[in-house]
Amino acid sequence: MNKNKVRMQNGITYAIVVGCWILVQIMDKTGHMTSLLRGILVPLCMYSILAISLNLTVGILGELSLGHAGFMCVGAFSGAFLTKCLENLLPNLQLRFFLAILIGAAVAGICGILIGIPVLRLKGDYLAIVTLAFGEIIKNLINVMYIGLDKSGFHFSIKDTMSLGMDETGVVIIKGAQGITGTPKASTFLIAVVLLLITLFIVLNLIHSRTGRAIMSIRDNRIAAESIGINITKYKLMAFSISAALAGVAGVLYAHNLSTLAATPKNFGYNMSIMILVFVVLGGLGNIRGSMIAAVVLTLLPELLRGLNDYRMLIYAVVLIVMMLFNSSPRAIELRSVLLERFRRKKEPAAKEAA
Amino acid sequence: MAMLEVKNLGISFGGLKAVDDFSVAIEKGQLYGLIGPNGAGKTTIFNLLTGVYRPDTGTILLNGQNITGKKTIEINQCGIARTFQNIRLFKDLSVLDNVKAGLHNHYRYSTVEGILRLPRYYKVEKQMDERAMELLKVFDLDGEWDYKASNLPYGKQRKLEIARALATEPKLLLLDEPAAGMNPNETAELMETIRFVRDNFDMTILLIEHDMKLVSGICERLTVLNFGQVLTQGETSEVLNDKRVITAYLGE
Repeated sequence: MNKNKVRMQNGITYAIVVGCWILVQIMDKTGHMTSLLRGILVPLCMYSILAISLNLTVGILGELSLGHAGFMCVGAFSGAFLTKCLENLLPNLQLRFFLAILIGAAVAGICGILIGIPVLRLKGDYLAIVTLAFGEIIKNLINVMYIGLDKSGFHFSIKDTMSLGMDETGVVIIKGAQGITGTPKASTFLIAVVLLLITLFIVLNLIHSRTGRAIMSIRDNRIAAESIGINITKYKLMAFSISAALAGVAGVLYAHNLSTLAATPKNFGYNMSIMILVFVVLGGLGNIRGSMIAAVVLTLLPELLRGLNDYRMLIYAVVLIVMMLFNSSPRAIELRSVLLERFRRKKEPAAKEAA
Repeated sequence: MAMLEVKNLGISFGGLKAVDDFSVAIEKGQLYGLIGPNGAGKTTIFNLLTGVYRPDTGTILLNGQNITGKKTIEINQCGIARTFQNIRLFKDLSVLDNVKAGLHNHYRYSTVEGILRLPRYYKVEKQMDERAMELLKVFDLDGEWDYKASNLPYGKQRKLEIARALATEPKLLLLDEPAAGMNPNETAELMETIRFVRDNFDMTILLIEHDMKLVSGICERLTVLNFGQVLTQGETSEVLNDKRVITAYLGE
């Protein structure tokens, strides 16, 4: 039955990721790896995870969310907070990082549920605007937050470091707008790829299961889904919080890829949320592999065009417009099918001749 | 005791009394018709029965259990399933998946079992596939199981909706204009299918229909609705010959 088709499609998706990893290893060994490229490997995986997780909300659940960077931010800070706190207790960095990923996912997931309960009653544009506001609130909250740790425990303030009132052994962990400094650099390409594969595994298996069917039936027709006894609130919340938890994982990856973590408009602002949405829309709503590829292409493109200086963003924008048109306008879809047909026809005689 | 007993049901929207003092009793295994001119309140009654609207007055008893004011999903779990006047399929899902979505509450495994692909996932999915194919076969849709639901021809979409409703294992099936948009051949075929469903699934069916050939062909009893009120009810042949009914449909 179509189980085999699904299994093959999923297999191809996993194979692409593993293939890319092998390619990078080969490039590394043969000395074709530039430092620019090496620096972008972890972000590539991170953006892919973000795009895949947002596709779960936008493509599979069918709700427009513009606050994905907010969940990433929550994950990043809770994860980095944990690695900083356990610095002395757990000297093993890998283990701490592993714990940080779990905590980041859990905290972001819980945030997803808390935000989801009121927000998922809204539809369409309203939902988009409220999630956008949520993302901004999270970012600004973290910017005024001061948390310190000394012998007597945690100290919390929203004013400044002085008002934490710690003794001389105290260490400031989150320092308002300066964020968390000195996060250990634990994110490696291997870990990032493994996390990406796990994300794919969770999302793809979820979609092709009883739960995924329920989620997609809500997307296609809420009233009909209700009439056949599907619990709308439960499945909406589930999809939303899983999506948030995976964004949290990407956040932890981000936090441990840099030595300082601060919530700026650039990394956790709505620009980021919209960029992730662009990956999803470009890759195709509900198309998991597509959103992954779009994330990689659109992240690599500005870096590869760096040589062109000022024209870089112009070319990026033009490519974006052309790709969007190619993906969605009826004329372009027609043209694409004609090209595909011609390509196939050319192939066939060649195959016959060969036989 | 009747399977479905509705007493003095009423709802108003603003100043409009959409349904007023509607009562009906449907016995188990009956094929019951609800007819009336456009805007008489037929679909509103379906929406009241399935919990889309909350009635202002009256009670609904299903097998003696009071289901008045319950939520749509609870009512479905109590045993009422429906189809819609304007088809509401899960259009991007396959035909098979539409029916499997209907099986949701009867074949269970947890989300974690689904993600980790534990043995239970494979076992239950296999049972779901078998059951869904069985249902599709009844409606002669088994050949198109892997089509996207929106790619089915109109008549088959209507049938798929019935199959999906049956998948929830209801006691009472509500069909909202099942023959709308069908040609005479398709309608005749649909009549056979509805009878088959009643006999083989041990089903009680309440249907709204404008096609009088279908109504007189399969319904055993009828209720005629006009301006939200019951005009008359009784045996099909009696009701259709009632002068008031003819007047309501055709005017003086």
